Amino acid sequence: MSDLISNDLNMIFKSPNGGVVHALKDIKFTLKKGQLLTVLGPSGCGKTTLLNIIAGFIRPTSGQITLNGNEINGPGVERGMVFQQGALFEWLTVAENVNFGLRMKKEDPIITAQKVEEWLNIVGLQGLNNTPTYQLSGGMQQRVALARCLINNPDLILMDEPLGALDALTREKMQYLILKIWKETGKTIVLITHSVEEALLLGEKLYVMAPRPGRIHKEYNLPFASMGLKEDLRNIKNLKDFTSKREEILTMIWNMEEEIMGKDN
Amino acid sequence: MFTRILTFLIFVAIIGCIMYGRKVIRTEKVNAVFGNPERAKGGTHWIIVGSSFILLIWLYYSWDIAKSLYPKSANELCQVGKVNDSLLALKYMFPIEERESKTASIIKIENKNLDKFAIEVKKSNIISDQNRQILLRLIEKTKKTISLLTNESLLDNQTKIKILELASRIDQLSMEFQKNDYPYETEEQKNKRLKEAEEEGEWGASGTAIENTVEIPTIPKTDKGLKFHSAAEELKIISDEFFKLKNHNFQYKSTIQEINDEIKKFENEINNDQEITSTYVKDILQIGGRIDYASIFPPNSLKEFEQSIINFEKVQKNEQGSLRLIDIFLFPAGTIVSSGPNCSEQGSGRWLPKLSDTLNKFVLLLKPSVGYKSVPLLWYEMMDVSKIIGFILPDWIADIIPGKYPVHNENGTVEPNFKSKTLDIVSGEFSLFKIPVPMGHIWDSFLRVFLGLVLGIIFGVPLGLFMGLNRFAKGFFDPLIELYRPVPPLAWAPLIISVLGIDNVGKIFLLFMVSFSIMIISARAGASGTQLSKIHASHSLGASNWQILRYVIFPNSLPEILTGVRVSIGMCWGTLVAAEFLAGTTGIGFVENVAKKYFQYEVIWITIFLMGVLGLIFDVTLRRIIDKTIPWRGKG
Repeated sequence: MSDLISNDLNMIFKSPNGGVVHALKDIKFTLKKGQLLTVLGPSGCGKTTLLNIIAGFIRPTSGQITLNGNEINGPGVERGMVFQQGALFEWLTVAENVNFGLRMKKEDPIITAQKVEEWLNIVGLQGLNNTPTYQLSGGMQQRVALARCLINNPDLILMDEPLGALDALTREKMQYLILKIWKETGKTIVLITHSVEEALLLGEKLYVMAPRPGRIHKEYNLPFASMGLKEDLRNIKNLKDFTSKREEILTMIWNMEEEIMGKDN
Repeated sequence: MFTRILTFLIFVAIIGCIMYGRKVIRTEKVNAVFGNPERAKGGTHWIIVGSSFILLIWLYYSWDIAKSLYPKSANELCQVGKVNDSLLALKYMFPIEERESKTASIIKIENKNLDKFAIEVKKSNIISDQNRQILLRLIEKTKKTISLLTNESLLDNQTKIKILELASRIDQLSMEFQKNDYPYETEEQKNKRLKEAEEEGEWGASGTAIENTVEIPTIPKTDKGLKFHSAAEELKIISDEFFKLKNHNFQYKSTIQEINDEIKKFENEINNDQEITSTYVKDILQIGGRIDYASIFPPNSLKEFEQSIINFEKVQKNEQGSLRLIDIFLFPAGTIVSSGPNCSEQGSGRWLPKLSDTLNKFVLLLKPSVGYKSVPLLWYEMMDVSKIIGFILPDWIADIIPGKYPVHNENGTVEPNFKSKTLDIVSGEFSLFKIPVPMGHIWDSFLRVFLGLVLGIIFGVPLGLFMGLNRFAKGFFDPLIELYRPVPPLAWAPLIISVLGIDNVGKIFLLFMVSFSIMIISARAGASGTQLSKIHASHSLGASNWQILRYVIFPNSLPEILTGVRVSIGMCWGTLVAAEFLAGTTGIGFVENVAKKYFQYEVIWITIFLMGVLGLIFDVTLRRIIDKTIPWRGKG
């Protein structure tokens, strides 16, 4: 039972002027240990709300979500999170940022220093230990955020559009890095993205969510993530299967967006 | 000497830097177009020009350049002032600087007054017909006395001779005045005068005391000065004699007697209830008196006298020579001449102290033995460490030791026991070794700001963070703080000073109140401005609430907090100086306030300068600290 299980999850926001927003409706899914789930959908479909509920930052209105059989009831170390902008502590250096979780646990500084060194090597930031984070580029900042999250050895890694703010080249490198880490560590990962390509490329499982009310519209099981490490990512993108899936999902999202616009008008 | 060298250096610096600046402009890159911020970089030479200009203006308008180039000029100008003062009354008699002669204008005014009375008396229906006739006759008679004074043929021979004599005395003076050896002083007199002049002192502020006793010496020091001084005395005598001289010829005197007799008789006749009539009588008498007192002479009788005065005026202006140029060009925005025999600086030289004097006074103030009001500006004193220990350790430590404090015995002494010995230690009544501790006006002001600020930070930052994170704290404390914060700090001063005293406690508390509210506001803004994703991240990394506060929210609020500290320092500094104005016995504001009472302009300017420099030091130090502690500011 080391799975992430969501059971009829509902999230209703009440706006101050009396309106009610049904952000999530009857979300039901099971994510097995070691799976990489990507969540895709037009804006306002409740992706981030879902992630925040999994992380424990907000409580669902009804339903429950369990990890390893324990109901999620607030933030915890077993669920690491990577944010879009890195959310690094800019008053700390790279090494101190990565070390943050271990320091909070008051672990032996000598051991943690070794671990930090290891993880900086893994994410490709060796030698930047004492650099202040505000001097890093966006891609490097995300690497630090990744290392900071992974050093805590969480069961589940939640990524909220982690590559959204990066340029195309860095993005591809980071996609490769995420895949590599996923393969090597066998962590369960939930990744939210706006990019259809990224969702297809990284997701072992892919949920396309629909808005108003937020729900899982369609579910895919994809082979590309497991191919990713052996083959060049760009070759995968040119596969026929890949392109047809991409077009299918894009059309789906376009239709949803149009529906919303129609409703608005 | 100092000022002369400085002035010269300033001119060299200004000319040199302007030439350098022109060279830089000529060699500038072609692509540096207008609007390119590159063009504002550098420019140290313009800083030199700017500050030199300020210094030059200071030197010029404080008359320091005049003092350094012509140290005797003030004393000489003062003597010229004496001459002007002596001549003043005489000159006013004639249309020299006035529009018309004094006689003419007096006659005009009094004729007008008498005519006015005549009309009023004629129109009045309160006055009885009989009284009206008498009053009109009196007015007519009084008017006639004027013509008795202005009639050339009635002028007494004696008066004529006297006027001519006075005129010739002025002519004589004019002639003598142009001679080099005037006023024929003997060696003995000269030595005496020079000795007295030396005792009186030099022009400018005293270099040996904070108080200034003499501004400009009045006793003439130079031959030129002496000339004017003597002429002024001579003219004063002539002037007095002239104004004693009255054109009261026989006819005039008898007419006046007639009028007076008639009025006396008339006054006896009229009853008290005829108030209006008696008021008119008094007014007529008054006008008569004014005509009597004024020096009214026939139109052409003073011609020679007037010419003599004009002549002397010309001569004395000639004799001033270069002194006139010095007065015009080196004594801007004011004059010494107009102060007359008082010999004081009238104008910018008065309230803008000379640079050399100011430096002198500053050096004097810095001397620990002089200071201000027997407290040095900044010095140190030796303090026994035991006093500090006694201050830190609370006295109740001795009280809780079992036993009783010793009681006196039969021998009339008190034997100390362990309890009393402990009391001596915790109250600091023993001697250890001494360490130097800073003291003085500057230190006191600094310490007050520092302590007020530190207390404000210690209490304000935690409360501000708490208010930024907790609904209860925000709601509970918000009304309190929002009510007291907008009150100008000085409005609290009278209350706080009267409750907590004029010494340090009151002022520190006042400054604490100032910095406290600012620190609360800034810490609260810092805490509530923490990015939610950072809080989320630290939660996910397993940090406890306390750890998040300590390691995430606090460092994240540091930029706001330090900005708050910077604002607080500025506010505290301003409030402190004003609070020291109100009450107290030390501090820079106190010094300025006392100096104001005694017109010690040098000290006032020194305190202004000190406050500026100290404020700058505070700000620069804090900017350094901010750059060091929060290099990420604005880059996160």
